[in-house]
Amino acid sequence: MADMLEIDRLSFRYPEAPREAVSGFDLRIPQGEIVVLAGPSGCGKSTLLRTVNGLIPHMYSGDYAGDVRVGGASVKGSDMRDLSQKVGFLFQNPENQIFMFTVERDVAFGLENIGVPRDEMRERVDEALRLLGISDLAQRAPHELSDGQKQRVALAGVLAMKPSLVILDEPTSLLDPMTAGDLVALVAKLRKDLGTTFVVVEHRLDLLVKVADRLVVMSEGKKVLEGTPRDILFGDDAERYGVATPAVTQLQKMLARRGLATTGTLLTPGELAAELKGRNR
Amino acid sequence: MIEFQGVTFVHQNGVKALDGVTLKVEAGETVALVGENGAGKTTLVKHVTGLLKPTTGKVIVDGHDTKQTSTASLSRKVGVAFQNPDHQLFSESVEEEMSFALRNFGFSPELVRKRVDWGLGLFGLDEYRKSSPLVLSGGEKKRLTLACILAWDPDVVILDEPTVGQDSIQKEKLAGTIKMLRSAGKTVVVVSHDIEFLWPIQPRVVVMKSGRVVGDGPAALVMQDETLLASARVAQPQLVELYRGLSERPPGPFVDALDARRWFEERMKR
Repeated sequence: MADMLEIDRLSFRYPEAPREAVSGFDLRIPQGEIVVLAGPSGCGKSTLLRTVNGLIPHMYSGDYAGDVRVGGASVKGSDMRDLSQKVGFLFQNPENQIFMFTVERDVAFGLENIGVPRDEMRERVDEALRLLGISDLAQRAPHELSDGQKQRVALAGVLAMKPSLVILDEPTSLLDPMTAGDLVALVAKLRKDLGTTFVVVEHRLDLLVKVADRLVVMSEGKKVLEGTPRDILFGDDAERYGVATPAVTQLQKMLARRGLATTGTLLTPGELAAELKGRNR
Repeated sequence: MIEFQGVTFVHQNGVKALDGVTLKVEAGETVALVGENGAGKTTLVKHVTGLLKPTTGKVIVDGHDTKQTSTASLSRKVGVAFQNPDHQLFSESVEEEMSFALRNFGFSPELVRKRVDWGLGLFGLDEYRKSSPLVLSGGEKKRLTLACILAWDPDVVILDEPTVGQDSIQKEKLAGTIKMLRSAGKTVVVVSHDIEFLWPIQPRVVVMKSGRVVGDGPAALVMQDETLLASARVAQPQLVELYRGLSERPPGPFVDALDARRWFEERMKR
C-alpha cells in the first residue's frame, strides 16, 4: 500500500519571489504516524503544507515541479473538493476557521458544502463533538468560547470530514500551556483510536516530543534533518536549524557529555531530577 | 510609568474582562504577564495604549490619565506589537511599512533611513526590504511589527505573544532584544504563554486569572509557587520543575541549562 503522504522532488517558487520556497523536497509518511515539521521561520513550512492540502497549485500560481500524493492520489490531479475530504487543516488561529452562529452548525459546515445527507451529517457532527469532549457546547455561539474551546470546535469541524491526514499549523501557539498539553494528548488519542495521520508544524517541542514518531526539519526550502525526536535533539545539528531543544533536554545533553546522565531516552524534568539524585548516593 | 488603579472593564455584552486590577509598573521594569487564555492579559495591554478605557478605575501612563489623553499621543510613548501582525501591516513594501510611523512622528528623512536600516538588519529582514509585507511568513511579520515599533524608540514596549511563529534562533534574538531594551532603561511588558522563553529573562511576573491579578513577584519566587501556578493554569519552567525535584540544590533555581550544568559539575568535583 502507498504511504499516506508521498512527496517527490517537490519544488515551488512564488511569482516574483527571489528564490524557491520549497526546493527538491522528499518525504514519506506511513498511515498513523505523528510527524512534527520544524525549522526556522520562513523556511518554507507553510508553503509545503499548502502543496499537501492543494491550495498550491490549485489556488496559488507559481513554478511547480515534482509531485505530492495523498493516499496514492496526486494532489495536482485531484480537485479541491476531493482533497477537502482527505486532508484536514487546522489553522494556527481558530478565529480564521470558525464563523457560524452555533458550534453545531460550524462543525457541520464542511459536510454541508460537500452535500452529505442530513442523517449522516447529524451523526458525523455528533461523533466529532463527542471525540473532542465538547458535546455540551453544541448549541453555544463559538465567539463566546475560550480559545482552547474554539480550537476544539475548529478541530471537530476538521474531523467531521473524516480526513485520513490532518495538518496542524502551530496548534498550541495561542493556547496556554495546560490547554496545549490537553490538545497534544488528544492528537495522540485520535491517532490511536482512528489511525489518523498527523503532520504538526510546531516550534515548541517540549509537549510534542513525547507523542511524535518523527521529526522533520526544514531549512531554506529543503529537508535537512529527519529522525526520531530523541536522535535529532541529541544530535549536533538541531540547534543550528533553529529547532528548540527543551531546556531539560539541553541539560541532559550537557550532563551526558560529562558522563553525568544517560541519553537512552528523552527525560522529563522529574525523571532527570530522579536520575541525578540516584547518582548522588 | 504605568499605573492601574482599581480598573474594571466590562465588554458591551456584559462580560467582565478586568475585575479590579491594581498594578504599578515602574519605569525600566521588565514585566511578564502570564495566565490562561481569557484571563484578561490582552485587555489589560489595550488599556495601556488607550485603545480601551476602563469602565471604572483609572489607568495612568507616564503621569497622564488615558481617559484624558489621545491614543495618538500615547502611541508615541507606548509601542505595542499585537498578537496578530496582520492587523498592523498595511504598506506596499517592508521598507515603507517601517518608514510610515517614523515620518508621521516627524523624523527627518536621513534619520528615517538610518532607523529603517537598523531595524531591518536587527531582525534579519533586509532581503525583504522591497517585498510586500504580505509575502512574509507569520514569524517574519511579527518581527517586522516589532522592528517598526523599536525604530521610533518608545519609552514603553509591549509585546503580545511575541514568540508565536518564531524558531529557537529568533526566540533567542528576541530574548536578547528584551534584555537590550531593559539595559537601555525601557519599560517592557511581555504577554506570553511561552514560559520557557520568559524564564531565562527573569522578569517580574504578574499572574492573571479571570480578570484579576492573582500573583506578582520576581520570576524565581512566582515560578516556584506551585499552588498559584496550578490555580492560574500556568506551567512551571522545566528547570524549576527539575530544581524542585532535587534533594540537594543551590539556594535559587537554575536560570538556564548552562547555569544548571555548572552547578552539577561543581558538585561532582567535591
